[in-house]
Parts: sequence; structure tokens; C-alpha cells
Amino acid sequence: MTIGLGHYLFVAAVLFTLGILGIFLNRKNVIVILMCVELMLLAVNINLVAFSVFQGNVVGQIFAMLVLTVAAAEAAIGLAILVVYFRNRGTIEVEDINAMKG
Amino acid sequence: MLLQALAFYVFAFVVMASAAMVVVSRNPVYSVLFLILAFFNAAALFLLIGAEFIAMILIIVYVGAVAVLFLFVVMMLDINLAKLREGFLKYLPVGAMIGFVLFLEILFGLGVLGGNSTSLAGIGKAMPQVIAVDNTRAIGRVLYTQYFYLFQVAGLVLLVAMIGAIVLTLRRRPGLRRQRISEQLYRPKDEAVTVVKVPTRGGV
Repeated sequence: MTIGLGHYLFVAAVLFTLGILGIFLNRKNVIVILMCVELMLLAVNINLVAFSVFQGNVVGQIFAMLVLTVAAAEAAIGLAILVVYFRNRGTIEVEDINAMKG
Repeated sequence: MLLQALAFYVFAFVVMASAAMVVVSRNPVYSVLFLILAFFNAAALFLLIGAEFIAMILIIVYVGAVAVLFLFVVMMLDINLAKLREGFLKYLPVGAMIGFVLFLEILFGLGVLGGNSTSLAGIGKAMPQVIAVDNTRAIGRVLYTQYFYLFQVAGLVLLVAMIGAIVLTLRRRPGLRRQRISEQLYRPKDEAVTVVKVPTRGGV
């Protein structure tokens, strides 16, 4: 009944799959897509921390911190772009974003 | 040991259930709230495994900053929920299929299905039972010496993200009167002050 590395990897796999699934299902809602990206990054973090702890090497946790930093930056920039887009168009539907199409 | 396993299963179940609710939830506000729940339980999973520092950082950064930012944007934007839900069922079959295939692939990669799971077992056994220093101290020892440049680059990334977000959302509304301090300061004296010869009893 001891919890091993495989348990954590399974949880991370489920989270990552749910993130992918959410991106496919909510094709129109950018906010939910960004949240699903956060879920996938959380899954990656769980993997990194689990490997780090079970190998007794702390470098994985430092890497998880860097992933966290990049995730925070990505969320801030993404939401800023979203706010600007909503201000210009009055909607956040992804399928309308084709202004740069040639 | 039994208690730890029980706690793991509870937290893992809540993480996965709330992640599923993030995906299928009808209202984006509920999605954000379930995302916060998922982050809290993931932090609890990290605590169980002994990575306290990452767990606290996860709560501070993700729940305190990112999720609140999401909540703020969701509530600020007046979005048409019904229209955004269109096509959910249309994309369900292909999405579920791709997700299922990906999940099976990950499980094959882990060696849970078929394959040999000896590699994972080996890693699990390599875990040192006695930890000399606590988690935060160990991270600090490595982070501020060996990975110091990465640490600084992470700070630079955050700075660029902050400047980028401000620049993107800053707008100058026309017709808004605002104080221009530099113009005030650099106004020459002869523009600002006029000396008038006032006749006695005449007024200006």
C-alpha cells in the first residue's frame, strides 16, 4: 500500500490528457483553453517533482519552479492579449481570430 | 503508511475530478474555481511527497496570482456563454478519441500496460530514506549557486511579461485631460510670467 513514483506519474498523465481534451472540446473559448494549458503545465510539474523526489535529486524541483515562472508569465501575457482583443472585437471567439490571414 | 496512501488517493481523486470539471464546466467562472481546487490539491500531493517549497510556491503563484488573474478577466469580460459552448458536442468524439489514444500512449510509455516496468521500479527504490537537510534549504543551496543564472533569467522573463502586459493593455483615451508634468516643468519663464505695468487706480 505504499505510494510510489508510478502513482504520481499516473495522476500527471490523467491531468495532461484532460488538458488536451479540454483544448479540443472548448475550441471557441480562449479562457478555458488557457486554463487547460495551465493544467498541462501542472501535470508537467507533478512529473518533475515526482521524479526529483524519488531520485533524491533536487534539480527537478528547481526546474519545476522555472516552469511555474514561465506559466505565470504566459498567463499574464495571454490574458492581456485577450483583454485587448475583446476591447477591439467585443467577443473572444477563437474562430473569429483570422485578421492576419493573407 | 496506510494514512499516507489514503490521503494520496483522496487528493489525487480530487485533482483529477476538478480538472475534469474545468474542462466540462458550463460557466468559465466555475472553471476557474475548479482550477483553484485542482491547484490546492496538487499542492497537497507535493506536500505528501515531501516537496514543501514547491507546494507553497504553487499555492502562492498559481492560486494567488494566476487563478485570480483568470477570475478577474473572466468576470471583467462580458462574454456570451451560450455562443461559446457551441460545438462542444461536435468536437467531443474526436477530442475523446485523441485524448484516449494519448493516454494509452503515456501509459505504454510508463510501462504500466504491456512493456517492462522495471525502470520505474528501479527509480522508486533509489529514494533515500534519510533526508539530511530540509527541502527548502536543499533547493536554496542548489538554486543560488549552480543555477543562479537560470534564476536571474527567470526574473527577466517575469519582468518582460510584466512590461508586455502593461504595454498591451495601456490605452490613451482621446478627450481625456491629464497632467503633463514634463511640459509644465520645461515651460520657459517668459511664457509663464508677464510683467504688467499697472497704472494707479486703473486696474489691469
